[in-house]
Amino acid sequence: MKMDSITKKGRRTGHEQPRPASRMTTDKGEPARTAQPFHTEVPSPVVMTKEEAPRTPDSPDSPDSPDSPHRSRHLDAPLVLTMLLILAVVAQDPLRGLLDAPVTQSWMTVFVAVVVQALPFLVLGVLLSAVIAVFVPASFFARALPKRPALAVPAAGLAGVVLPGCECASVPVAGALVRRGVTPTAALAFLLSAPAINPIVLTATAVAFPGNPEMVLARFVASLLVACAMGWLWQRVGRGEWMRPPERPSYEGQSKGAAFWGSVRHDVMHAGGFLVVGAMAAATLKAVVPASWLNAAADHPLIAILALAVLAVLLSICSEADAFVAASLTQFSLTSRLAFLVVGPMIDLKLFAMQTATFGRAFALRFAPATFALAILVSALVGAVLL
Amino acid sequence: MNRQAQTVVLLLTGGALLHAGFTDLYLRYVKAGLQPLLISAGVVLIAVAIATLWYDRRTTRHSQAQTQTQGHEHEQAHAHHEPRVSWLLVLPLLALVLVAPPAVGSYTAMRTGAALQQQPWGYPTLPADGTLRLSVADYAGRAVYDKGRALAGRPLKVTGFLALDGAGTPYLVRMALNCCAADAQPVKIALSGELPAVLRPDTWIEVTGTYTPKQTKDPVNGTAVPFLDVTTTKPVKAPQDPYDEAWNG
Repeated sequence: MKMDSITKKGRRTGHEQPRPASRMTTDKGEPARTAQPFHTEVPSPVVMTKEEAPRTPDSPDSPDSPDSPHRSRHLDAPLVLTMLLILAVVAQDPLRGLLDAPVTQSWMTVFVAVVVQALPFLVLGVLLSAVIAVFVPASFFARALPKRPALAVPAAGLAGVVLPGCECASVPVAGALVRRGVTPTAALAFLLSAPAINPIVLTATAVAFPGNPEMVLARFVASLLVACAMGWLWQRVGRGEWMRPPERPSYEGQSKGAAFWGSVRHDVMHAGGFLVVGAMAAATLKAVVPASWLNAAADHPLIAILALAVLAVLLSICSEADAFVAASLTQFSLTSRLAFLVVGPMIDLKLFAMQTATFGRAFALRFAPATFALAILVSALVGAVLL
Repeated sequence: MNRQAQTVVLLLTGGALLHAGFTDLYLRYVKAGLQPLLISAGVVLIAVAIATLWYDRRTTRHSQAQTQTQGHEHEQAHAHHEPRVSWLLVLPLLALVLVAPPAVGSYTAMRTGAALQQQPWGYPTLPADGTLRLSVADYAGRAVYDKGRALAGRPLKVTGFLALDGAGTPYLVRMALNCCAADAQPVKIALSGELPAVLRPDTWIEVTGTYTPKQTKDPVNGTAVPFLDVTTTKPVKAPQDPYDEAWNG
């Protein structure tokens, strides 16, 4: 009966209504979707009263009635959450016992630490991306960047100097730039260079390698080279359809405030979930895999570079801290530690998950391995010249 | 994940960040310098939750008047959803609020290679007489790179937590932190001399002892680990900030 009424109504107004209607019937777990049929029903009170009659017979037109048909389903998610919380409180003691093992404790500490450390930077990046999406006119970027993509790439790469954050901030910002009409090649160069060459990260590198100031220069040069090379590579072989146009609502017709907060909420929920995935992977590596495995790899120069590059991907350390970890890997050559510093901010588990969320899986599956390979190659070359 | 659930998760996450930021809880996970950022992030997340509620109410109130803008309503309805992966945000929330895992301790310390860096500007001179209070990193640095100059023959006090390696050798450890607990690295001093009969890992102790030139190598990464000849030990309370952050300036 519900479906009938909606399709009837759809024909009347000339909208393509059957699709949402059928979705509503299949997808019971997603309550908000049921809002669609409701909103479209507003203009045809006859149909609406037919449907609403059993539940709110007395006030079919009151502004509050929209929520009543799906409120019961809306409650599901918070209800489940509350149940979980209560369950956790009740079972606190057995849970504590389980969690007392040093492995689980260490895992949880690292997991919480990565999330807590990354959230402020994620929020910063998300706010910045919302500002770009809502308050900066698209024409600004058209004027600010060189017309030719080949020139826009190094310009955008150098612009990474001004974003003083770690890699969690750069993903949402790059996503906002693409949506604002910045050529993807330039946005990608920015995405890769910003976490590696900003002043905070370079200062940290200088502090971590007091005896090797050339490390700072090598990191700057190698990161910028990889960022530009990936931008140009994308321009050459990249195809538009790989990069899924980021799914998001159009903010036209909303007030700027609503659009701004909507964008912030969307990005936090989206990127935050994937951040948690990355944090879990990093915590598992840190707590479970013995560090002594690395020693075997340190002796051979080429294997050392590969091993530290893979380690950088798995550890997913914030780019503001990775220099100190690299400095402690004293058994490795400087070049292999450079690879660690170049690969880490560009691609790691957490970033891969976040890139998948922002640009789509087809993009991330191609972009991540290419970045990884190119970063290793460039750091080996730069290391050979500078270190 | 619908909009109400998102609001709840945002509100709780923001609240958890504020809770961690205003108590000393955050010091277990990140460096002290991140406190203002944590608090502002918490405030922003709560503001997002409130803004979502507020604009939702407005939209509901105006929805009748906006019947002609159905297209936007349609898109807005789309915006209500976030993928199921967003639910994972609940996990760190539960871990932080209900479990509040401890700072990384002896388990991580014994699995990770010791971190010790030579200070390029040398070591400042120490007060000439009396008992010396040194941090773990200060003692280890002076013992290894300064050949124990100015340390020899005088009583020293060092505070850290206990850790035992596979062979049962006791170490006095302090974790050095750069950004968050994921990059914490141990600075280790091997202990010899008068030790209590029962050594429980992760207990904080203050060790009084003297310098000895004896050194060993960390089994994990081969870094030099100095010894300290212990005369007395005393259990102490864990410091407010479990990590040594002076180390990276």
